Amino acid sequence: MNRVSVNGTGWCLVLALLLAGCGQQSPSSGSVIRIGQVSPLTGPQAHLGKDNDNGARLAIDEMNARGLTIGGVKVKFELVSEDDQADPKTGTIVAQKLVDAKVAGVIGHLNSGTTIPASKIYHDAGIPQVSPSATNPKYTQQGYKGAFRVMANDVQQGKVLGEYAVAKLGAKRIAIIDDRTAYGQGLADEFEKAAKASGATIVGREYTTDKATDFRSILTNAKARQPDLLFYGGMDSQAGPMAAQMRSLGINARLLGGDGAQSQEFIKLAGAAADGVVASSPGVPLEKMPGGKSFADRYTAKYGQIQIYAPYAYDAAMSLIEAMVKANSAAPAKYLPELAKTSRQGVSGPIAFDDKGDLKNGPITLYVVKGGKWNALETVGGAAAAAEKK
Amino acid sequence: MDIFLQQLINGIVLGAIYALVALGYTMVYGILGLINFAHGEVVMIGAMVALAVIQLLIGSGVPLPGPLIAAVGLAAAIPVCMALGYSIERIAYRPLRQAPRLAALITAIGMSIVLQNAAMLVWGRQYHSFPTLLPAAPHDFAGATVNELQLFIVVLAALIMVGLLWLVHRTRLGRAMRATSQNPEVAGLMGVNVNSVISLTFVIGSALAAVAGIMVAAYYGVAHYFMGFMLGLKAFTAAVLGGIGNIAGAMLGGLLLGVIESLGAGYIGPLTGGFLGSHYQDVFAFLVLILVLVFRPSGLLGERVADRT
Repeated sequence: MNRVSVNGTGWCLVLALLLAGCGQQSPSSGSVIRIGQVSPLTGPQAHLGKDNDNGARLAIDEMNARGLTIGGVKVKFELVSEDDQADPKTGTIVAQKLVDAKVAGVIGHLNSGTTIPASKIYHDAGIPQVSPSATNPKYTQQGYKGAFRVMANDVQQGKVLGEYAVAKLGAKRIAIIDDRTAYGQGLADEFEKAAKASGATIVGREYTTDKATDFRSILTNAKARQPDLLFYGGMDSQAGPMAAQMRSLGINARLLGGDGAQSQEFIKLAGAAADGVVASSPGVPLEKMPGGKSFADRYTAKYGQIQIYAPYAYDAAMSLIEAMVKANSAAPAKYLPELAKTSRQGVSGPIAFDDKGDLKNGPITLYVVKGGKWNALETVGGAAAAAEKK
Repeated sequence: MDIFLQQLINGIVLGAIYALVALGYTMVYGILGLINFAHGEVVMIGAMVALAVIQLLIGSGVPLPGPLIAAVGLAAAIPVCMALGYSIERIAYRPLRQAPRLAALITAIGMSIVLQNAAMLVWGRQYHSFPTLLPAAPHDFAGATVNELQLFIVVLAALIMVGLLWLVHRTRLGRAMRATSQNPEVAGLMGVNVNSVISLTFVIGSALAAVAGIMVAAYYGVAHYFMGFMLGLKAFTAAVLGGIGNIAGAMLGGLLLGVIESLGAGYIGPLTGGFLGSHYQDVFAFLVLILVLVFRPSGLLGERVADRT
């Protein structure tokens, strides 16, 4: 699709071969423990991918600074970051590359569409994987013991969004647009179910892609059906321009989105049209988390503004490392049981996994844009109660 | 609200932009027989340079009216793109002018990758928001909505195209361009400075690209380092549709392609009963390309190069 990506893939293969060669010489069981990180580092979602990369890197740097000992040896963690271009094909290529590089665990991928096909490769190689942000339910429904996520899935999020749209935003006629990715489509489907169950009418369903910038045709179609709310299942790089184009077509319906739209980038891209847009994000507002404020300070000092998933990538990395420390081994088979038993206070919320690898009681918070900032409206879900208990 | 009319308006605005970019492809092809695949990147550089200047102006806090800021951005981007177009020709294509065509084509693709990655290094990977400088409030027009920005894009594009037709058909430079396109050797013998005509063709095409880049960024509200790629391919399709090498053809092809894409994306869902959705929007351009290549390879208005041996 993209000339650069074709080129990039070619080089990836070459690099994969080179790295495979290196991997044999220095297996990660020595003093260096390699941890993989995969997200789109080029393309429309590169800002989010870099955000994940930075989040994981912060965790690794902090742990290295502590000088941990695993299995009696002083260890150094090394982050091996790969670019999957948010493309499922490339996702599997770089997954194989990480397997060949003998990483002890993987943080990623960012998108559901890349995480699901890649998870088979990690599973076959016995490498545990913690995704910071893949929310499609299928990811953990494949029966892979090593597949975890530190974020509520789309079934939970879509349900909260659908109910909220009808009950609190008073939506009766809803138009839905999604980007046909595993994430966007999955979230939109769950949203549709929940909104219908709550009594709203779905007046139209339109589709775009995760690389599009022109939404006027589909918005024109949606406008003709006179919706009072428009739900978008997809990422901020589309949601932002979409909000602006809605405004210029004279559509007054409110725009509602999922976690992919709940970023600073969205506000920048939508400009004046961002005001009043509502979006959800799994987790609790950072400032409400114990340690959240401190994380935000440490992160911004080093890398600047947090986009969306950096706290989750940080939590994913910390969960992996903590499991290794507890098991006193970086061998996947040894620390995997510890990872499954994880129970810790992360910066995005309390982290514990159910038997499928989903986040237990994942809370979901709704935000609205007011005066160029996301303001928390309310938090729905179990961990809000858990946070209150503290 | 009239959906058909609205989709038609969307398509015409999009088509006007495609036409401007398509002109760059077609002019170069008409003279050199080369498909300048780096042209889409020139469009991108135009948008990015304008954006950088505009952000600087807005950041300086001087209260200037929006249209003036946009005009300054345009005034900055045009010379940069002209220089870029000149350099691309001078560095990448002139040394290869006698080489087989494939070499030049590969160089063009290489140039495109170089520019794209250079832009990524300079401006980063993220989407940049392009500020709203012209009034974008919707006005009602026969049941559809139009805004000043859309009108402005179409009117400016039309003026530029009329100007270009005048340049090619009524001026000395235009005559030299037409002569070079028919036969560079003989044109050279008749006293036409072929090298400078070719350079000027690139420079003019790049100026159009700069204008198109700003239009596209302002219209969609975003600019990013790979925005030129898809736009370039579609404009190339538009040029082929109209008959590559044919200036009027590029204008017609651009407009038609914009309308086809807009109507296609709007009606594909209902027409196929939901089997194919509006996310196939980009497919239309390439479907058109295939159909034209199969059924009318010389395009709607015919290739100008046909009379060249």
